[in-house]
Amino acid sequence: MNGAERMRRELMIRVVRDFTGGRLEETIDRIPILLRPKNAPFSRCCLYHDRAVLKYRLMALLGCRLEDEDDESKPLSAYLNEALAADLSIEGEPLTVASAGCSGCPESRVVVTSNCRGCFARPCLFSCPKGAITVENQQSRIDYDKCVKCGRCEKACPFNAITRTVVPCESACPVGAIRKNEHGVAEIDFSRCVFCGQCFGACPFAAIMERSQLVHILQAMKRGQKLVAIVAPSALMQFPGSVEQLFSAIHQAGFCDVMEVALGAEETTAHEAREFVEKMLAGQPLMTTSCCPAYVELVRKHVPALLDKISTTPSPMKFAARQARARHPDAKVVFIGPCIAKRHEAREAAEVDAVMTFEELGALLAGRNIDLQGQPPWPLERPAAESARNYARSCGVSAAVLDELRRSIPELADFKLDVQTINGIDKKTLRTLKLHAAGKAPGNFLEVMSCPGGCVRGPCSLVK
Amino acid sequence: MCADKIKIDICCGTTCYLLGAADLVQLEAKLPDEWKDKVEIAAVPCLEACTTDKLGQAPFVRVNGELIPRASAEAICECLFELISGQTRGGAR
Repeated sequence: MNGAERMRRELMIRVVRDFTGGRLEETIDRIPILLRPKNAPFSRCCLYHDRAVLKYRLMALLGCRLEDEDDESKPLSAYLNEALAADLSIEGEPLTVASAGCSGCPESRVVVTSNCRGCFARPCLFSCPKGAITVENQQSRIDYDKCVKCGRCEKACPFNAITRTVVPCESACPVGAIRKNEHGVAEIDFSRCVFCGQCFGACPFAAIMERSQLVHILQAMKRGQKLVAIVAPSALMQFPGSVEQLFSAIHQAGFCDVMEVALGAEETTAHEAREFVEKMLAGQPLMTTSCCPAYVELVRKHVPALLDKISTTPSPMKFAARQARARHPDAKVVFIGPCIAKRHEAREAAEVDAVMTFEELGALLAGRNIDLQGQPPWPLERPAAESARNYARSCGVSAAVLDELRRSIPELADFKLDVQTINGIDKKTLRTLKLHAAGKAPGNFLEVMSCPGGCVRGPCSLVK
Repeated sequence: MCADKIKIDICCGTTCYLLGAADLVQLEAKLPDEWKDKVEIAAVPCLEACTTDKLGQAPFVRVNGELIPRASAEAICECLFELISGQTRGGAR
């Protein structure tokens, strides 16, 4: 937990508390001042800058796209009223950047610091393959017209005097979707972004924010709209107490019913196993999973050669949402999980009306004074299969599909199963993925999870 | 349990859990080995310390009855050090 996560969660709790107490419209404009009163410590250059960014943080919490702001004097209460009048589902991309929050980190490069002793051996100078280093006034100097950022001088220096400046969002993004615009402020290129959320977690100024539906959900509840919560299997280790206690708490918070997404994962497993056999019998060399929405987006935007290799099986979220709709035709469906990309998947899918993260769920419970300990167990119709609940972990999907194949599909004997997994999308695994696309990597079943470790380590999980 | 053990109650009310207590469940692993038999760590229901204006002070942990706001593993260790050795860290002050 760091200061950015803490502030994000604290704001969510305050919003839920004040909404529930019927006073949010009066308090929301005061929250930035309440959190940064005069004479109190501040984090950015001054108190007023902190307050300004808090306002943007609250706007994102109200679902706003910060890039669309056209009237800086518009108060939070006006944005709140718009959110209260809006529908449950929101349009547009799930991530937004607060330009006032972005520090405009200097471009990544290799720099000589004052630790340089101007030594005699000069290993930096000798290690540089480009002749970019000279020594002036007993200090090494890098000629940036020649430097290729290889970092050899950095490794060679015995005084750790050479270091590399980093732009955390840019180096976290696996697909080069975030870079600075003409004003020197980070901007996301949504024609490249896969919504993995790595920049969101990496920015030390917390300038990259998710567009929340929390207030929309609270308002739907207040209007008497029936909402069913479908809860991702990664919730199991996120909260104190049992899953049955968590479900009781979610029900108490205002949902008419609570269901496991893992029940949808059971359907995904059966469907995906059948699809795999069909594809293999039809001569397709490789099939990949489809349940991770950031991975699907990655293929669409960056590895189109893999598009026809992705399984067409609906994700556990979609199957679970269909179950929820069948059971409650008059209700709207809210997916609860640790994922930003699911917001994008839900927006494109007809089955799901809103997405809530574990952080937001925690804030909903905290803001409504619902504790998990002491909750009665929720009467699950039946617990989902262990293999389906394991979808939340890396290798869980392929294990479930393999198991299903062995159990139920006798034609399996005709071909050799070769499972490969990509555990976390980064620049390196993206290259591996491109090898798969080119048919130059082994395996006929490929599982890809955007987050290292699987959904349990999602960008909006509580315990990492 | 031994009566003179130091009691550490980690508030697991949802607010404290969300604002940092989730990270404190591994507190025991962070303690020096020689302290481990001197403390008794419990995850307890809401201590009701986080009223609206004290939200910013969560998470709360109670060490032998004394409430520690904004508790972190480091702050708890500091408090334990004082209780166990009878002095503040970094020598007498």
